[in-house]
Amino acid sequence: MSSLALAARDTTTMLRRNLLHARRYPSLTLNLLLTPVMLLLLFVYIFGDVMSAGIGGAGADRSAYIAYIVPGLLLLTIGSTVVGTAVSVSNDMTEGIIARFRTMAIHRSSVLVGHVVGSVLQSVLSVVVVGAVGVAIGFRSTDATVLEWLAAFGLLVLFSAALTWVAVGMGLISPNAEAASNNALPMVLLPMLSSAFIPVETMPGWFRPVAEYQPFTPAIETLRGLLLGTEIGHNGWLALGWSVGLVVLGYFWATAKFGQDPR
Amino acid sequence: MTVTRASAPRAAQAATQAITATGLRKSYGDKAVLDGIDLSVPQGTVFSLLGPNGAGKTTAVKILSTLITADAGQLSVGGHDLAADPQAVRAAIGVTGQFSAVDGLITGEENMLLMADLHHLSKREGRRVAAELLERFDLVEAAKKPAAGYSGGMKRRLDIAMTLVGGPRIIFLDEPTTGLDPRSRHTMWGIIRELVADGVTVFLTTQYLEEADELADRIAVLNGGKIAAEGTAEELKRIVPGGHVKLRFTDPDAYRAAASALREAARDDEALALQIPSDGSQRELRSILDWLDSAGIEADELTVHTPDLDDVFFALTASTVPAQNNQPKENAR
Repeated sequence: MSSLALAARDTTTMLRRNLLHARRYPSLTLNLLLTPVMLLLLFVYIFGDVMSAGIGGAGADRSAYIAYIVPGLLLLTIGSTVVGTAVSVSNDMTEGIIARFRTMAIHRSSVLVGHVVGSVLQSVLSVVVVGAVGVAIGFRSTDATVLEWLAAFGLLVLFSAALTWVAVGMGLISPNAEAASNNALPMVLLPMLSSAFIPVETMPGWFRPVAEYQPFTPAIETLRGLLLGTEIGHNGWLALGWSVGLVVLGYFWATAKFGQDPR
Repeated sequence: MTVTRASAPRAAQAATQAITATGLRKSYGDKAVLDGIDLSVPQGTVFSLLGPNGAGKTTAVKILSTLITADAGQLSVGGHDLAADPQAVRAAIGVTGQFSAVDGLITGEENMLLMADLHHLSKREGRRVAAELLERFDLVEAAKKPAAGYSGGMKRRLDIAMTLVGGPRIIFLDEPTTGLDPRSRHTMWGIIRELVADGVTVFLTTQYLEEADELADRIAVLNGGKIAAEGTAEELKRIVPGGHVKLRFTDPDAYRAAASALREAARDDEALALQIPSDGSQRELRSILDWLDSAGIEADELTVHTPDLDDVFFALTASTVPAQNNQPKENAR
């Protein structure tokens, strides 16, 4: 077998191990799903009247706000899932089995890539669940073409890969699960400070540039554009740039950390 | 410092050495954990690194098994240079660390199949090897249960079974019996003997002298980051002249009489015991008995003590208090 085939085989093995963990102990995944679903219901049914009035002026109905908020929550779902990734990576590193992997002639980064692929699959699954809840309470896309759906799906996968690699790095530098969960907190806080719940234009002027250019807002605006036909503008390129940049950054950070001598 | 070494010329042995280390150094901060140690382990033998807690045994295993890198030293395992080709070393070795290297979240069987996959065995071959090893290590009944629920002995057996999946020719065992009950310990010894019978080289660390004595062809005593002595168990025992004949009395008057007659014997007034230096040979024993008869001394109990690895260990590792051979072992520390 070529070294590439061996790398693929080891990664598949590690992925199977991670999926087995997730299947055996689904509580972590389910807990993390709770956050976006709760937020969705909270903002639509409790704060819904004020929020819809806020974005559409008086007389705007609730369905307009559902359409507005769902794309943001789909990306928040990814942020919430990768907190779990940071925790499980940090937990995993304390297991003796990782020391065993390090002394075996396997493709080194397969341990991490297994975590990343598993986590991306989990993110996509979670997005589907939250999306289904969105559809159940009345979310409909407006005339999205097959190509736009594909692009939306691609964006979600790429964005979760980006956040996951960063989360894996966060998990590796965290000495325990609590620290990992704290370190990964920006992953669920950033969407709150984005255009997920309210348009950036309604935020105070000094804060607007931060909200506009952080990774979540361009991704949310792009997803909105693809599903609802709103203006994407430069957000498409920004989202792509952020995603690719974070994948590369996260990958090198995480593999460098993993390559160091364990204490 | 006494350092005994194999008498066979090094060059002749070089080709058949499974593990060699020259000038191995590792420090954490300004604390030198390994301060320039030399080791060589011939193929198919058991080498035991013996030492008190914190002597650097685990660090040595971690370095030789490619888990961490050394600061300095020429290291070779399985004929491969550790620094230049760690991946080739990894392909040749199996490691069972001090803390169980099993995945607690999945079952024993799944752990075994995971190893089979990582050794790139075919599905059928993997299942066969896993089933065979689970059987051999008496884990069939527990195979379908999550490994986190295993007892210490079971975890350790699963750990070794996982190490053996790839059929490694060199195996590192870091304190494989620490925390095991006597039965599990003997089971583990049996397992190690079987491995050696198959020609596997075993690098074993332990704090149990008995274990090193039982299993190891050669023993190195590690203390304060340096090799204090190296040799076979017999060679090491010769380093300390700890052999003696011990006479015990129940009657204090008989004890005092004997003590004044045997002036060169070491006294232990509390235990009413006398120790006469002796190598334990038949000739010396007979002369001691003759002497006791002629002096009219009748001891209630006579025991012959030959030096064991405990004596060696205490002599080599107690740096401040020199071990006194004429004192009972319990008081030596």
